[in-house]
Amino acid sequence: MNGVNDDIVLQVEDLTVYYELEEETVKAVNHISFSLKRGETIGLVGETGAGKTTTALALLRLVPDPPGVIKSGKITVCGNDMLSLPVQKLESIRGKDISMIFQDPMTSLNPVFKVVDQIAESLEIHEKLSKTEAHEKALDMLETVGISRSRGGEYPHQFSGGMKQRVGIAIALACSPQLLIADEPTTALDVTIQAQVLDLIKDLKDKNGTSVIMITHDLGIVAEICDQVAVMYAGHIVEHGSLDEVFNHTLHPYTEGLFNSLPNINDRKSELKPIPGLMPDPTNLPEGCAFAPRCEYATEACKTTQPELRTVGGTHKVACLRYDETDFHINRGKKHG
Amino acid sequence: MADTILEVKNLTKYFKTPKGMLHAVDGVSFSIERGKTLGIVGESGCGKSTTGRCVLRLIEPTSGEVLFEGNDIAKYSAAQMRKMRSELQIIFQDPFSSLDPRKTVSQTIAEPMLVHKTVPKDQIRSRVHELMETVGLADRLINSYPHELDGGRRQRIGVARALAVNPKFIVCDEPVSALDVSIQAQILNLLKDLQKRFGLTYIFITHDLSVVNHFSDDIAVMYLGQLVEKASAEELFAKPSHPYTEALLSAIPVPEVGGPRRERILLKGEITSPVNLPNECRFAKRCIYASEECLKGNPPLREIAPNHFVACCKAEQFYQKNS
Repeated sequence: MNGVNDDIVLQVEDLTVYYELEEETVKAVNHISFSLKRGETIGLVGETGAGKTTTALALLRLVPDPPGVIKSGKITVCGNDMLSLPVQKLESIRGKDISMIFQDPMTSLNPVFKVVDQIAESLEIHEKLSKTEAHEKALDMLETVGISRSRGGEYPHQFSGGMKQRVGIAIALACSPQLLIADEPTTALDVTIQAQVLDLIKDLKDKNGTSVIMITHDLGIVAEICDQVAVMYAGHIVEHGSLDEVFNHTLHPYTEGLFNSLPNINDRKSELKPIPGLMPDPTNLPEGCAFAPRCEYATEACKTTQPELRTVGGTHKVACLRYDETDFHINRGKKHG
Repeated sequence: MADTILEVKNLTKYFKTPKGMLHAVDGVSFSIERGKTLGIVGESGCGKSTTGRCVLRLIEPTSGEVLFEGNDIAKYSAAQMRKMRSELQIIFQDPFSSLDPRKTVSQTIAEPMLVHKTVPKDQIRSRVHELMETVGLADRLINSYPHELDGGRRQRIGVARALAVNPKFIVCDEPVSALDVSIQAQILNLLKDLQKRFGLTYIFITHDLSVVNHFSDDIAVMYLGQLVEKASAEELFAKPSHPYTEALLSAIPVPEVGGPRRERILLKGEITSPVNLPNECRFAKRCIYASEECLKGNPPLREIAPNHFVACCKAEQFYQKNS
C-alpha cells in the first residue's frame, strides 16, 4: 500500500457499467465516483433500478459478463486496481479484503452444506487455517453474530430468515475484511430483527474499523448508521454529501421527493407527496437530466442538458442545473450557512 | 351510536402440522366502524394475514364469529358466501404473483363483474374504463399484460379489480410492501382518496409501522396469533402499554438526523414457534420486564383506558410511565 492513501480504503472514479443486450443497451451505472475512508460508512440510496446493486457488483468485479460490461472507470480497493488485477489475485482479495452481504438470505446460502462449513470455507482459503482450526473459528463467528455454537451443524433450512442473514454476515466478516458491502441486508427482515442486525454491523464496524457500503432504499437506516450518503437515480449519483448535509440541507429535487414520500412518524396527519411518474427506462434515458420529467422545478434547459455533479459547499455535491441560479432553493432545502 | 360494520369475536385458526397444533390465530376479537381503517401490525408469522383471510373466509376459521353488518358470515354456506363476496374484497401484497399473467388489464378488472353479474354485459367495457381512470391507469394500457407493467401499475390493477364490484369493505394485505417509496406513497394516497370517495372500510395489514400510523384510525398489534394491544393510532404511538409494542416502536428507523429518538429496546431472540404453545405470556421469553408472574398464564386482552386494550399483566404500569 502506498503511504498517501493509507486512509482511503476504496476509491471509485468515473465508473460506468452497461448491460449490452442484443437489441438494446441498459445504462445501469453512469460515471459515478466516490471514496471511502477507513471505518467510514457510505449509504447508497435509491429505488429499484437506480444502479445500486450493479455498482456493488462492479466493485467486486462480479457484474455478470455477458451482458454486463464495465465501460470505464477505476476502482481501487486497499491499493489494488480491481479492474486490471489477474483473476487469481482477485480471488485472494474477494472474501478477504472486501466482502459482501447479499440481500436475500433465503437464497444466498448453499442449502446442502452445514452453516459452519459455509463460514469455514473462506477461512480455509484465505487464512490458510487447517480444517479443525477453521471449524473452530467459524463457530466463534456464529457466536459473534448471536447464534449458539451448537447450531453450527445445522442446514440453512433449519434457520429463520433473521438467523440466515446473520450467517451471511458471519461469512462476510469471517476474515475481518477492510471493506464490507451490505446490499439491502435487512430488507427481508422484520423490524425488531432488523434492529438487531444493524446493531451487529455497527458493533463490528466500531471494533474492527471496517468500512461499510450500505445499499438501501430506506432513509431511516441511512440516518441510523451512515456517515456519508450518495443518492442514486437512473444510474447517476444526483446528490452526495455527509449525513447532515443530505438530510438537513437537502439539495436535489429527487432527494426531496424521497423524503416527502415517507410517512412522518411524528405527525400522522401530514400528507404524503409522492413523486409523480416513474423512473425512466434505463435503455432509453432522456437526453437531459434523467429526473426532469418528474421534477417540479424542471425548466426547458433541464430537458436537454445533462447536469454535472458539482460541489456546492463543504463536501456537498449535487447534480442539478437549477443551482446555476444563485438564489435557487428547493422547498425542503435550508441554505448552507 | 357507533356504526359498526364488522365485528370479529374470538376468531381462531389452527393448522394441523406433524409437530402438533399450529396456533396461527388464537382468539382474536375486534370491531371496525364504517368508513374507518383498522391497521393490523406484527412481524412475519404473527398471524396478521391469516386473520385477514379468515375474516373473508378465504381461509376457513377454526372457530369464532365474523359479524358483517350484524350477520355471522362465518356460518354462511358456500352459496350465501359467494353472494357476499362482492361486498368484501381483498388487495394482495405481491402485484407480481396475484395477477393472472394470461389476462389483459381489462380482462382482469372485468372478471369480478362477470362473476357477480353486477353490471350488464354491454356496460362492462365502459365500467372498466371508469375504474382505470379512478385508480390512475392510462387508457392505452387496457390491453397490456401484467408482465409489461411495473409494480406500481400492477398494484393499481389490483385496486381496480377489488373496486369493480363496489365493495363496502376491503382487506389490504401489505398492499405497498413490494413497492418503492415514491410509488408506495402514490398507492397510499390513492387508497385514502378512494376511502373518502366511496366510504370504504379497510383492514390494513402491514409490518411497516410508519405506514400504519399514517394510514389507520385504530391499530391492533399482533404477536403469535393474539392481539397484544389495540388503541387509536395516536394513543398507541403516544402511550404504548405493551412491552412488545414499545420495542416495535423503538425499532423503527427514523429518517431524521439530530431529531429526538426513542430509546432503542433490543429484543432478544426471535418469535417462538406457534406450535404447541405453553400456557404463559407468549412474549415473556423475549420481554425485558418479564417476571415470575408472566409465566403463570396467558394474560387476556383488557381495557386499561377508554378504547385502549392491552394483554399484559403490568400494562397499567407502562401506561402510567408513558403518560
